Amino acid sequence: MIDTPVLERVLGAALRHGGEFAEVFAEDRSSSSAVLDDGRVEELTSGRDRGAGIRVVSGETTGFAHTADLSEAGLLRAAEAASAVARTGGGGTTSVAVDLVAAGDRGRSGEAGPRVSKADSLELLHRADDAARSAGGAISQVQAAYGGSRRQVLIANSEGLLVGDEQRRTRFAVSCVAVGDSGMQTGFETAARTVGFELFDEVSVEELARLASGRALAKLSARPAPSGEVPVVLAGGSGGILFHEACGHGLEADHIVKDSSVYVGQVGKQVASPLVTLVDDGTVGTEWGTFGVDDEGRPAQRNVLIEDGILTDYLWDYLRARQEGRQSSGNGRRQTYQHLPMVRMTNTFLLPGEDDADEIVAQTPHGVYVAKLGGGQVNTTTGDFVFGTTEAYLIEDGRITEPLRDANLIGNGPEILKRVDAVATDFAMTPGTCGKDGQSVPVGCGQATLRITGVTIGGTAE
Amino acid sequence: MSAITGTAPSGTAGDTQELTAVAERVAGWARSGEDVEVYVARGDETEVRAYDGEVESLTSATSAGIGVRVVVDHRLGFAWAGSLDEAVLAETLDEARDNAAFATRDEHVGLAVPDGVAAVPVDLWDDGLATVPTSAKVEAVLALEARARAADPRIRQVSSADYGDGSVEVALVSTTGIRSAYRKTSGFLSVGVIAGEGEASQTGGGFSVGRGFEGLDPERATSEAVERAVRLLGATKGPSGRRTVVFDRRAATTLLSVVSSALSGEAVAKGRSFFAGRIGEEVGGGGVTLVDDPTDPRAYGAAAYDAEGLACRRNELITGGILRGFLYDTIAGSRAGVASTGSAVRGGFSGTPGVGCRALTLAPGPEGYDQAGVIRAVRDGLFVQSMTGVHSGVNPISGDFSVGAEGLLIRDGELAEPVREITVASTLQRMLHSLVAVGADLEWLPGIAAGQTLAVGDMQVSGV
Repeated sequence: MIDTPVLERVLGAALRHGGEFAEVFAEDRSSSSAVLDDGRVEELTSGRDRGAGIRVVSGETTGFAHTADLSEAGLLRAAEAASAVARTGGGGTTSVAVDLVAAGDRGRSGEAGPRVSKADSLELLHRADDAARSAGGAISQVQAAYGGSRRQVLIANSEGLLVGDEQRRTRFAVSCVAVGDSGMQTGFETAARTVGFELFDEVSVEELARLASGRALAKLSARPAPSGEVPVVLAGGSGGILFHEACGHGLEADHIVKDSSVYVGQVGKQVASPLVTLVDDGTVGTEWGTFGVDDEGRPAQRNVLIEDGILTDYLWDYLRARQEGRQSSGNGRRQTYQHLPMVRMTNTFLLPGEDDADEIVAQTPHGVYVAKLGGGQVNTTTGDFVFGTTEAYLIEDGRITEPLRDANLIGNGPEILKRVDAVATDFAMTPGTCGKDGQSVPVGCGQATLRITGVTIGGTAE
Repeated sequence: MSAITGTAPSGTAGDTQELTAVAERVAGWARSGEDVEVYVARGDETEVRAYDGEVESLTSATSAGIGVRVVVDHRLGFAWAGSLDEAVLAETLDEARDNAAFATRDEHVGLAVPDGVAAVPVDLWDDGLATVPTSAKVEAVLALEARARAADPRIRQVSSADYGDGSVEVALVSTTGIRSAYRKTSGFLSVGVIAGEGEASQTGGGFSVGRGFEGLDPERATSEAVERAVRLLGATKGPSGRRTVVFDRRAATTLLSVVSSALSGEAVAKGRSFFAGRIGEEVGGGGVTLVDDPTDPRAYGAAAYDAEGLACRRNELITGGILRGFLYDTIAGSRAGVASTGSAVRGGFSGTPGVGCRALTLAPGPEGYDQAGVIRAVRDGLFVQSMTGVHSGVNPISGDFSVGAEGLLIRDGELAEPVREITVASTLQRMLHSLVAVGADLEWLPGIAAGQTLAVGDMQVSGV
């Protein structure tokens, strides 16, 4: 994307006025998407975006500028703007040398996928539409969406790093509306991986359509969710967003160094049930949150955050790690070259336990069984978080019975983590999009079936 | 396009003319038998964040891009690029054209054509912004951070203090006769604080928004953040039960925004709205009158033109509880057999137009209540200061509503003890029928709907 001598001159220019660290993050991203809605392919979209973000760190201050002009002149102008924060230095020449580091087999996200024809993606959309509509006459609307992207990144910094990665991602989603006497209900299912079009070697769009339509249909006869505190069994692969919200965000070092997390000062302490071992791992297979190097050029790695209930570490990016005199944990990510990196999760999951999933339900006299979760949100300072259900049932006498309408559950992270009293073996991951401070990045969440002894559910039933 | 601090030559009328010229040139490349719409945008932005008495980050940038829609034989294709380089313009048009060939032929698909409705001019441009030096912006945010830190002894931490501004210029040209251009500036100060007492911590945020740098009010942002954090100290999980819930202005903005997606003619046509098929019916209490009026210059979302280049206009959606109509863009309107209501919106050059509100308000109740008046009138209930999980717990198709909340109990017409970790649930349908008070304390907050204190009866509160 940019020649090495140019990178060296731009980094040198960025530090000309002072500052201890400079970085060029260049990105070339192309994306395509197609949406079938109301039985028609309404729109195919292609997008192309390339540019570079240049960062200069001087003391505690970061200067940042981005440009879509990847010529040397364009990059030098951005370097000049970013260096505005460091006008203390003498204006001399700073020389920087960078060396290309091979991403090695960690760059697996860079394997080229087969060329995708637009016709191929349309065929998938039609197949999903057919499968969803054949699930029952009550299915009144179907939307199927395909999205593929290729993102090449190149990161060079004044510490001599020069590294590249290529990330291909493919996503397919089906959402359905069902109509009945009780009104309308919705169902949604998505598959997303860090691969090219070969996603569809592993994923059946008919199966996604069946799950989405089944969810909408089941809820037509759903009763209002209960309100108040109940035992909750989360199905394996139901979302894993519980841990993402209950503690994942609170373990991000930017919240820690600003003393805006309930987990400040908790390393080495029991913060969860001994059944909880939580891992954030950007290297897992082709999961949605997987990459070769993070957006600061650090290889993805596996980080154990909680081990047998004991908090072992936080998640770090370059800036926060530097303040603490340690290494980044490979969690510096950004949405695009137009954004500053920050501490983000990758694939965050609870390691499976030893219980039997069916047995966990059988040993729950009454409660709520959540088969699929939607999104969630957390206030890291107080630890209060919510997560929503999109497919849930009552548990009565140890059996899964009636379907429930959608509701949010609310809890406090440190309290809920201690209430996990059973974890099964049926582990599965799900993809999601994590939003923080206006930036969205792909993440994975995972967990096996587990039980929480009490969570407040916000239904309308008294 | 390069990123240069404070020196971008924005603010001159010449800029939209230059963008219009780019859009006209690309539209001029249309082949016979195809309609082409070209959206070209350019923006500058500055963001300064302070932490602990220092500048944490300073971002400055200029960006530009193009979005092209091509319609051939009632088939629509779209492509965008984050660049206005000459080669990119042609590539983008080619790609949109190629995409169109794969879409399903649909007689309702077409570009907007001028409809004779004159645009109401709204002045969204602050000439002064371009002359404000970066150093003044840095000083403003450092002063904001210091002010928040000193505002109350219970403030433990100022977790964020930000200044941001931006200017955007847009030109839209189509082969179907659309020519529109607009430009706007914006500025904000925002601050997030953590209040503490003993073991307990609570957070609060406040902001001040405007069309530029002048007039931003750090005192207002600070006092709002501090009040919201401090009054939650000592909050416990509140009691469960059926209650009247008073939504603070900021929460009410969110609430109205969710309702608005069910008023989209596109959602209705596709059976994705609980309002579908209910025109002329009673969908709310007699006090519910809901209007979208982007021509109101005070509205945060005020605009002269919609995202297809038609004039924005006032649309009355619900009158005295009776559903009057929906909002449409050109395609959704055609599907419903009506004209566009000038309600196309899009998220910049990388998005295609869709239907959306810009400036939604509820007519205030005859009592003319301010927030304290609504609280007095309710007497006993729950005041919701902020909601969480709106994207996961509110469904504008089924109408199911379940959100996390924090706020204060209302007792004897006054705010009483703080509560947290509770949920508030109902359905949007029922909430419209149970709207018991609409405050006259209208405030245009960032977003597509006004902030007004609202009271909704008979909601299920879930706590202990």
